[in-house]
Amino acid sequence: MTDAVVADALATVHRREWARIVASLVRRFRDLDIAEEAAAEAFAAAVERWPADGIPANPGGWLTTTATRKAIDRLRREWRRDEKHQEARLLYDEDTPSSPGVIDDDRLRLIFTCCHPALAPDARIALTLRMVGGLTVPEIAHAFLVQESAMGRRITRAKAKIRANHVPYRIPAAADLPGRLGGVLSVLFLIFNEGYLATGATTDPVRADLTAQAVRLTRLTRELVPGDGEVAGLLALMLLIEARQAARISAGGELVTLAEQDRSLWDAAPIAEGHGLVRERRAAVAAGDGPPGRFQLLAAINAVHTYAGDAADTDWFQVVALYDRLVRIDPSPVVALNRAVAVAEVDGPEVGLALIEGLPLDGYHAFHATRADLLRRAGRPHEARAAYDRAIELAGNAAESAYLTHRRSTL
Amino acid sequence: MPQYLMSVYGPLERTDFGAYATKEEMLAAFADTGAFNDMLQREGYFVFANGLESAETATVVDGQHDQPVLTDGPYLESKEHIGGFWVIDVPDLDVALRLAAEGSKACRGKVEVRPFQTEESFVALLES
Repeated sequence: MTDAVVADALATVHRREWARIVASLVRRFRDLDIAEEAAAEAFAAAVERWPADGIPANPGGWLTTTATRKAIDRLRREWRRDEKHQEARLLYDEDTPSSPGVIDDDRLRLIFTCCHPALAPDARIALTLRMVGGLTVPEIAHAFLVQESAMGRRITRAKAKIRANHVPYRIPAAADLPGRLGGVLSVLFLIFNEGYLATGATTDPVRADLTAQAVRLTRLTRELVPGDGEVAGLLALMLLIEARQAARISAGGELVTLAEQDRSLWDAAPIAEGHGLVRERRAAVAAGDGPPGRFQLLAAINAVHTYAGDAADTDWFQVVALYDRLVRIDPSPVVALNRAVAVAEVDGPEVGLALIEGLPLDGYHAFHATRADLLRRAGRPHEARAAYDRAIELAGNAAESAYLTHRRSTL
Repeated sequence: MPQYLMSVYGPLERTDFGAYATKEEMLAAFADTGAFNDMLQREGYFVFANGLESAETATVVDGQHDQPVLTDGPYLESKEHIGGFWVIDVPDLDVALRLAAEGSKACRGKVEVRPFQTEESFVALLES
């Protein structure tokens, strides 16, 4: 068997089975550390043995069995430390057949545990990527531009807090579920944004891969909670944003705005899937499924853009109407800023400018970039230049700086 | 079941009404906290609870040397000090956090939730 075939099989099984294996080990051994280590050791054993022994008929089963043995080996080594506890752990459900439903619940439990609100947001993201996403500590450190040792400590500390605090390994009670699920979705969206905002000509592929990871984890969450509108909304939102990726950066590494993008470069498959999800949610809301939340509204706004074959065909009235609803559930200044951009398309740049004056966003580059663009369109080049200067000063992304510098030069 | 310490913090210097601005506020907080404690008892979560005198009344004792060294005042220099605490015995952190939110509302202060060591974690320490 060639190494390439084995490597391919390993990558696939890692993507499909990692979370399942870790989740079932956590349920059985009640310890994130043991589960993570045993799962990693099982994959290392596969790397060593599959090239010689061949890929097993059921790779996931082979890995689960191997990981379980590794975990039991570790516990046996530690046995003397408190025999009774460990023995009880080993005896409990030695041969429980795992039905698919139970496994799915395990993965969902794992996601809720990693995104527990008692953990700091940074720790939730890192732990979710490690335990559910299966990224290595160096990969996560790299993606978030943090030292490996610091990322390792962050994850170790999070696991220690979960252990010391007896964070329950379960799906939250019905009353807490919407809030806790909202917390999970925020983590997934943060992962997506970290990858998305980092993308540019000089960006590391590991960072760009975060968007794919976020989509994958959101798909998994949707599989596990299929009826939730916000999960569907977030998945649609990510798909519709990611579909435009190829058109978003020019050959020269400059950011291309939505209005100027070559729409033939958009990826049709994720757009179709995203539109399907938005339609599904619209029908569910019409059938009395409760008002759409933040992610469903953002997805709907993005769908208005992706429905338009040409930027000039964009239904800006629809965009403004959706932002009006979004502002009601999320009255943050960033949403107000984005709404003003849509209003400016309908009522002109001066109206947009009036809406954004005084927003408390002075440290946010997009505020100054938006202001600069509106001032330019309003025929106020001097003020526009000053706003571009400020936006360039604050922009943290190479493609964005290049775009803004170019725009400033055309004033 | 795991036990947690729920501590409430308050200012170093107190008014005539303890950590509260007015007598009405103090009495309302006492009544609500009393009701909260009764609920903890009823549900079987209660281990211990009490309020502390002002941190200014504290004395730090260092007995590691020949003669104990006494220092007037609290151990940490801080604007906020522990003003009272509960010890609760609950199934898991989610229950502890829910109770902490109720306790915080009742006593009108922020509550820090911290797990006690367990037999298992203590044994792990000994074996480390």
